[in-house]
Amino acid sequence: MSEPASAVALPVPEAPPRSRARSSSANVRRLGQFALGGVVLAYLGTILIAPLGAMAYEIIALGPLTALKSLLEPNALLALRMTAILTVLSVVINAVVGTLGAVAIVRHRFPLRPLINALSDLPLAVSPVMVGLAFILLFGREGLLASLTAALGIKVVFAFTGLLLGTLFVSLPYTIREVAYVLEELGTSEEEAAATLGASPFQIFFRVTLPNVRFGLAYGVLMTLARSVGEFGAVLVLGGSISGQTQTATTFIHDAIDQRATASAYGMALLLALVSIVLLLGLEWFKHKKHGGSR
Amino acid sequence: MRIRVEHLSKKFGTFKAVDDVSLEIEDGSLVALLGPSGSGKSTLLRILAGLESADSGNVWFDDEPATDLHARMRGVGFVFQHYALFRHLTVEQNIGFGLDVRGVGKQTIKRKVAELLGLTGLHGLGGRYPSQLSGGQRQRVALARALAPEPRLLLLDEPFGAVDAKVREELRQWLRRLHDEVHVTSIFVTHDQEEAFSVADRVLVVNKGRIEQGGPPTEILDNPETEFVARFVGDVNVFPATIAGNIATAGSLRARVLGDVPTGPAHLVIRSYDLKLWREDPGIATVQRIVTFGDRVRVQANVDGAGPIVAFFPRRSSLLRGIESGCRAQIEVTTARAYPAESSSLYPMSTTA
Repeated sequence: MSEPASAVALPVPEAPPRSRARSSSANVRRLGQFALGGVVLAYLGTILIAPLGAMAYEIIALGPLTALKSLLEPNALLALRMTAILTVLSVVINAVVGTLGAVAIVRHRFPLRPLINALSDLPLAVSPVMVGLAFILLFGREGLLASLTAALGIKVVFAFTGLLLGTLFVSLPYTIREVAYVLEELGTSEEEAAATLGASPFQIFFRVTLPNVRFGLAYGVLMTLARSVGEFGAVLVLGGSISGQTQTATTFIHDAIDQRATASAYGMALLLALVSIVLLLGLEWFKHKKHGGSR
Repeated sequence: MRIRVEHLSKKFGTFKAVDDVSLEIEDGSLVALLGPSGSGKSTLLRILAGLESADSGNVWFDDEPATDLHARMRGVGFVFQHYALFRHLTVEQNIGFGLDVRGVGKQTIKRKVAELLGLTGLHGLGGRYPSQLSGGQRQRVALARALAPEPRLLLLDEPFGAVDAKVREELRQWLRRLHDEVHVTSIFVTHDQEEAFSVADRVLVVNKGRIEQGGPPTEILDNPETEFVARFVGDVNVFPATIAGNIATAGSLRARVLGDVPTGPAHLVIRSYDLKLWREDPGIATVQRIVTFGDRVRVQANVDGAGPIVAFFPRRSSLLRGIESGCRAQIEVTTARAYPAESSSLYPMSTTA
């Protein structure tokens, strides 16, 4: 049987080995790609998809409506309200401070610029629990600034102010980073053009700079939002998760698990997951707009 | 507007971008700042616009001090090399921007924008965004935008640097026509001598932050005052030579030079079209290469004892009869200049561009 086959192959002696070699190297490459994809998928599956899937499974087993109905109890609503207020405040404050900070860092040259630039990244590196502890050391009963806040009649630890400070701290970098990055990319020529056309610094900011960074700012705001909603460590340490007072959505889940109130825990988790999905879609859209969509 | 600049200097670190520049520009003229990249011409333009502040020196606009005037108070239109159009605004909004920020009424803006769209040949493109335009169209929008507030001075930084050759030629002619219509005093920066000479009334040659020479294009071409100008303007041949009387000698090449040049070592500068070359044996050179460019022929030869020389001739020139690669040739220099060799250290020797 082998003889006729080799006779057929004779007229083109070189071609078969070469093509075989090529296809086998292509196979190896494809195999490699599959293997790499498999490893990545397995990793993401273990740390991302499996736990989220387990949660989804449990929630479906319990009944999503049952889970969400458990959120109608007063303490759950108060926790949600607290998270909403903290998030709105942190988004608004960080959007304003972040944009101005980014303009200062990118457009101006001043002595402490590198330090401020580095400091704005600090919250990314510091554990939120540590941040909470630091604020307690500052504003707690024996704290360095305790007498000042007492004189002003402000209660920080185990109070709303503390929750807000913690949330602001952890969500600070996102708008600064995003807006600074876009500003750097933009360069200064449009702002210079506006100046030669007679625009005041105020007009330049609102009519040229701000519209140009809008997608970066929106992306930063969504990141701030996600971070603020999800913050746990700092608000737990600073607020103490007092039910109905300083409890937030995340600390509510924590306490519910502790008290084996599964329905409440699942309900709140489901709600936060839905918020996350919406945020994720928004982030993807703005990411697309930010890179190329606006050009 | 008439512009007067006195002893203007600007350093970036230790680099002298503008070095003690003084100049005067007449009302209504179209002036080119011509120089190699890094010569400081753009910095000078940005100082005039108020986008950069000078370390020392003064600027007057119509005899009013303008040195410390903020960019937005100068009434200067600036066209950026890469357009710098507002990408989030339409063409109409871009053009109207300078009027809008000054609080001009909507109807007036609308009328002015329509007029400028017509003047710049951008009919029907008013609703587009900059990203939807070609390079040439963007450049015209940038010009229309700069002209809208009726500036006293129009400054253009390498205005045609970012468009392709054909569009560039169209835009040049268009800028010249536009200037003849609008008559606003205009200064543009370019590194392209053809652009400077074909568009401007007056050319200022800039080198190392200084004005080497200023004058009408023909004067710059015919009477280059410095070796830099002689070398930078036009295709030139440069030879180390010795001067005796007003005759320069470089190897076998002898040339009568214009003006008084001190006896001794010098650089002989000969334009590639200021020489005759014909077949003759023995002659003084060997022809090496003949290249035809449409209506012109470029002949490259090697002069005995002096090195390569380049000459341009009209395609049908009788001088070219019998010229072929490898033949011997005689050379006669019709016009040449020489500059004392001391100044040579400033400019490295280079072959013709």
